[in-house]
Amino acid sequence: MNIHEYQGKEVLKQYGVSVPEGKVAFTVDEAVEAAKSLGTSVIVVKAQIHAGGRGKAGGVKVAKNLDEVKAYASEILGKTLVTHQTGPEGKEVKRLLIEQGCDIKKEYYVGVVVDRGTGRVVLMASEEGGTEIEEVAAHSPEKIFKEVVDPAIGLQPFQAKRLAFNINIPKELVNKAASFMIALYTAFVDKDCSIAEINPLVVTGDGNVMALDAKLNFDSNALFRHPEILALRDLEEEDEKEIQASKFDLSYIALDGNIGCMVNGAGLAMATMDIIKYYGGDPANFLDVGGGATKEKVTEAFKIILSDEQVKGIFVNIFGGIMRCDVIAEGVIAAAKELGLDRPLVVRLEGTNVEIGKKMLNESGLNIVAADSMADGAQKIVALVK
Amino acid sequence: MSILINKDTKVITQGITGKTALFHAKGALDYGTQMVGGTSPGKGGTTVDIALENGTTASLPVFNTVSEAVAATGATASVIYVPPAFAADAILEAVDAQLDLVICITEGIPVLDMVKVSRYMEGKKTRLIGPNCPGVITPDECKIGIMPGYIHTKGHVGVVSRSGTLTYEAVHQLSTRGIGQSSAVGIGGDPVKGTEFIDVLSMFNEDPETYAVIMIGEIGGTAEEEAAEWIKANMKKPVVGFIGGATAPEGKRMGHAGAIISGGKGTAAEKIKTLEACGIKVAPTPSEMGSTLVSVLEEQGLLEKCITRK
Repeated sequence: MNIHEYQGKEVLKQYGVSVPEGKVAFTVDEAVEAAKSLGTSVIVVKAQIHAGGRGKAGGVKVAKNLDEVKAYASEILGKTLVTHQTGPEGKEVKRLLIEQGCDIKKEYYVGVVVDRGTGRVVLMASEEGGTEIEEVAAHSPEKIFKEVVDPAIGLQPFQAKRLAFNINIPKELVNKAASFMIALYTAFVDKDCSIAEINPLVVTGDGNVMALDAKLNFDSNALFRHPEILALRDLEEEDEKEIQASKFDLSYIALDGNIGCMVNGAGLAMATMDIIKYYGGDPANFLDVGGGATKEKVTEAFKIILSDEQVKGIFVNIFGGIMRCDVIAEGVIAAAKELGLDRPLVVRLEGTNVEIGKKMLNESGLNIVAADSMADGAQKIVALVK
Repeated sequence: MSILINKDTKVITQGITGKTALFHAKGALDYGTQMVGGTSPGKGGTTVDIALENGTTASLPVFNTVSEAVAATGATASVIYVPPAFAADAILEAVDAQLDLVICITEGIPVLDMVKVSRYMEGKKTRLIGPNCPGVITPDECKIGIMPGYIHTKGHVGVVSRSGTLTYEAVHQLSTRGIGQSSAVGIGGDPVKGTEFIDVLSMFNEDPETYAVIMIGEIGGTAEEEAAEWIKANMKKPVVGFIGGATAPEGKRMGHAGAIISGGKGTAAEKIKTLEACGIKVAPTPSEMGSTLVSVLEEQGLLEKCITRK
């Protein structure tokens, strides 16, 4: 789960991570009020959306007085920002972060992730702040330094200092930078983050080490023990169909194509998208109904797929193991009858009780095209939506 | 022969009184697995009675702790179906009881819990399969997990996969061609897990009854690339691959916690390229995993030996 920058900074602040003073604003008036209360001569107006690349898209402005704050806030609020992470449709700005400006001497990068290879939390840092770490990794990988953390004892001061020295933090600020990193690591572990990225980390003219930006991403599997984090979820930043799907424990991701997919199992669901594409079609979604799908779940999945106007046809691909094919067939028939099936439907069933399932579909009177294999089904649905 | 489990493996179920656990304990017993008991804290001393398909009833003893269960039953393996919030603790308990094998089916364990588990397991004798996996099966001998047993056929092809349903798909494509499996192992879809491709490949490499292997990977991480390099350097048997997620968009988690492309890394294209460069034939679609293996077996003159059901 993602949260906004201002929320991320509030979380980090609780752990002693140094961040500029700032306030969230939902209106231009609130923005001006916030700027007044901050009382600094330079104020930064930052668009709050769940996507990076805001600066380049015109979502971050530096104001020198309250009039400028007002002008920038009016300009950015309600604007649709298109960045490399929003997709071509962009995202509308509904919140601003109004923040004290600071005297930046140099920008760095610090990130915390779980490394699959070692099965450990890893801190990464670089002298090349402000740019995307992927770019640094591609062009000058020698400028990225890593520290692998032993979960039994956590990030040790010597590791944090080594990282700070490696990225050439001025030596009088190395201790401050090390404390910063330890606080960041503590927040990461305490709140079950999956990513914590500070880009840039800055060293200021008055000798401070601060997080100028903060991107926190949380492990959705751990949200059950962090209600305070779950409360920060901004549903407006998420796809409506994905929210609906999550209510029914369906794993759904919206894509750009026109063939709706309903599959059991994440791997098979991904592979179904692939095979549709292989035969020249375009999947409209990833949808895993899970291993223990019921008739109700199948119906909900159908509703979500059909609510996408781009969908011109549906491919149901089920390998019933634990999940019986007759249960799937029952769900498909019920959903099709309830919702009125107005688009072509291809069903491929395999596994437990497959013959009963196929017979039910055949005798349902519905216009369902049966497929014998994944390849057969994919070719049939691609032909039908053409 | 087989890997990991066989007809002599004695298995306990952790959290055996749960609905899912009971359902799959029955499935395992019906398949012929030696299920010897289970744990359920607070219910030690009782038994669970499971009515089997053959009309008999199995009565399994329940223990409060894994170490008690091990001492009383001689179990060497356990399977875990407990909810995600308690699963890491269940794994630790099994490791502490010095089981040889722990198979964790549970999906949705917080990744930092698994970071601790993997640290604790260093230097311990226990092998963990999963979490978030379908389990392990040695056809006609032992089934531990949620896979449908009847699609499997005893034979000589090893299957290892990050995805459950894609494993079934591959096994089904093999069985319908008369090609049996030595063992099928689902290693799971989480980013931090107990067993990686290389661990399983190395076991298949040493197993005299395994003649060839299908490896099914997906987007995210670099385990497939590492496995490909390992195969090139060490594997004495042909390996065929498939990688799911060629069409997955960057930054979106495709169901499995581990199936995500981030920072342009972990794409299917990159993995397929590495596999092919290491001499592994990759099935172009999931429908062709079986036929791709057949073509390789033919090339190597192994097809006849691998057809175990006419």
